[in-house]
Amino acid sequence: MDTGAILMLLYVFVLACFAGYQLISKVPPTLHTPLMSGANAISGITILGAMLATRVGPGAPFNASTILGMFAVALATINVVGGFMVTDRMMGMFKSKG
Amino acid sequence: MDFIAANMHGWNGIIANFGYLASVVMFMLAIMRMGKVKTARSGNHLAAAAMLLAVVSSFVEMGKINPAFIIAGLVIGAAIGVVMAKRVQMTQMPEMVALLNGFGGLASTLVGLATFYSISGSGTLANQLASQGGWFAGINLVLTLIVGSVTFTGSIIAFLKLSEKMSGKPILLPGRHVLNALLLVLPLALGALAVWSLSSNFAIGAVLILVVLITCVLGVTVVIPIGGGDMPVVISLLNSYSGIAAALAGFTINEPVLVVSGSLVGASGMILTQIMCKAMNRSLANVMFGGFGADAPAGAGGGKGEYKNVKSADPETVAMQMADAQNVVIVPGYGMAVAQAQHAVREVAKLLEAKGATVRYAIHPVAGRMPGHMNVLLAEANVPYEQLFEMDAINDDFRNVDVALVIGANDTVNPAAKTDKTSPLFGMPVLNVEEARTVFTMKRSLGSGFAGVKNELFECQNNYMVYGDARKTLEEIIKALKEG
Repeated sequence: MDTGAILMLLYVFVLACFAGYQLISKVPPTLHTPLMSGANAISGITILGAMLATRVGPGAPFNASTILGMFAVALATINVVGGFMVTDRMMGMFKSKG
Repeated sequence: MDFIAANMHGWNGIIANFGYLASVVMFMLAIMRMGKVKTARSGNHLAAAAMLLAVVSSFVEMGKINPAFIIAGLVIGAAIGVVMAKRVQMTQMPEMVALLNGFGGLASTLVGLATFYSISGSGTLANQLASQGGWFAGINLVLTLIVGSVTFTGSIIAFLKLSEKMSGKPILLPGRHVLNALLLVLPLALGALAVWSLSSNFAIGAVLILVVLITCVLGVTVVIPIGGGDMPVVISLLNSYSGIAAALAGFTINEPVLVVSGSLVGASGMILTQIMCKAMNRSLANVMFGGFGADAPAGAGGGKGEYKNVKSADPETVAMQMADAQNVVIVPGYGMAVAQAQHAVREVAKLLEAKGATVRYAIHPVAGRMPGHMNVLLAEANVPYEQLFEMDAINDDFRNVDVALVIGANDTVNPAAKTDKTSPLFGMPVLNVEEARTVFTMKRSLGSGFAGVKNELFECQNNYMVYGDARKTLEEIIKALKEG
């Protein structure tokens, strides 16, 4: 990979940080907890890296990275499934007067 | 392994990358919607859909593989996740979020290690990762391990403290600043060794595992000196780290989806951290390294000391006073969560509203153990969110309030923070409850709050202490209100 591709990823990173800052800075306190658990579920995106590390060809023997990857997939899935579900539970509780 | 080649070649790669792009857009829109109460729930659904799309795209990209291991991980993780999400009580949310942060951190650490074991080359880590960015990918792999491990053990300690399996008091190790600095510099040096210098796979593997072990210790030593009341800051920060770890993992494997989603989470955690620090008028460095509440000189002005002329009231008196009040403000704190008193609070409010009173809730930003902790508990008890007021929105109005009912809050209502320059709390914005005509403070005893500081509110002319467990006291008030 050349320097251009590295820079590209850095651009993506910086812009995403700015976007995140803009999108979240005005969130009312009522939503702080669910935002946090929802963000937590999103950080489970690391599951993609875990899946890549776990992959083995059909019939190929597994190795250290397969086993480590499988644990990583499981942990990230706990984050994703548990995070989104509990966030939904909380958000379902917020009721307006009307 | 060559992820870039895998990314871009063939129809599978192209389709998968469009899937990733779509999921990134969906994540952005989801976060936007999650910031407004009316659209929050649909935003969460959209984020879940984005995650599903990303996972499906990843399967498409990988093409013909043996999916057994991935599916096993998915099934086990989903089962545990569902059980956790269904079983957890709302009062346990801080622990739950801490635990999930920890799992996210550990997952990223394992991704970093697995990435190393999946490359089958020779030479230094930089050489072996040549196709993914060389030394850049190598550094990011090491940083993924560091941030992931610190997040993991730091969150576990936070979880233990929050669930009271471990004392919430700060534990101060001698020379902890030097120790922490060493525990950070050492893994960085070892990492540099692996990236540029070592060329035996065994040695690199050993060094990377050593990095993980050392930073696991660092996570513990960084979080144990931080006391319970500072947990909102710690949780927000660890939340941010779990996102940063995912973004770093994205740099390592050249996956922009991870970089974007991870940085979104990193940014949101940072913002919450800032809000929490500001609400306590303290810098992040002070929260992380201050050992607040333990270092605070006990004898200093406004420090501990005997209370004089403290008045108290029984639940019946409180009920009588409240029955006549027109304008009532309820100020909840961590004590309400501990006593699981939110439903009783709502019941009292309903009875008062039936008598024609206006009931509002004043929420201090750091009330409880995580950002928004009180809001979630009150929402669980069906309190409409319009009745919840931020500190700035209600603070000038306390002088028009007939009765302020403080439930298990302490430092956030201490007037010394406004007047006593020697108080460790000085400068922290607090709720002006003492301006209300009458204040009832529910508390188990006259003990000091998290900061170990004497609360001047308790000696105020218009304040009455109501001793006992908050829920039991509230239930007695409910009984008296119904009879009265």
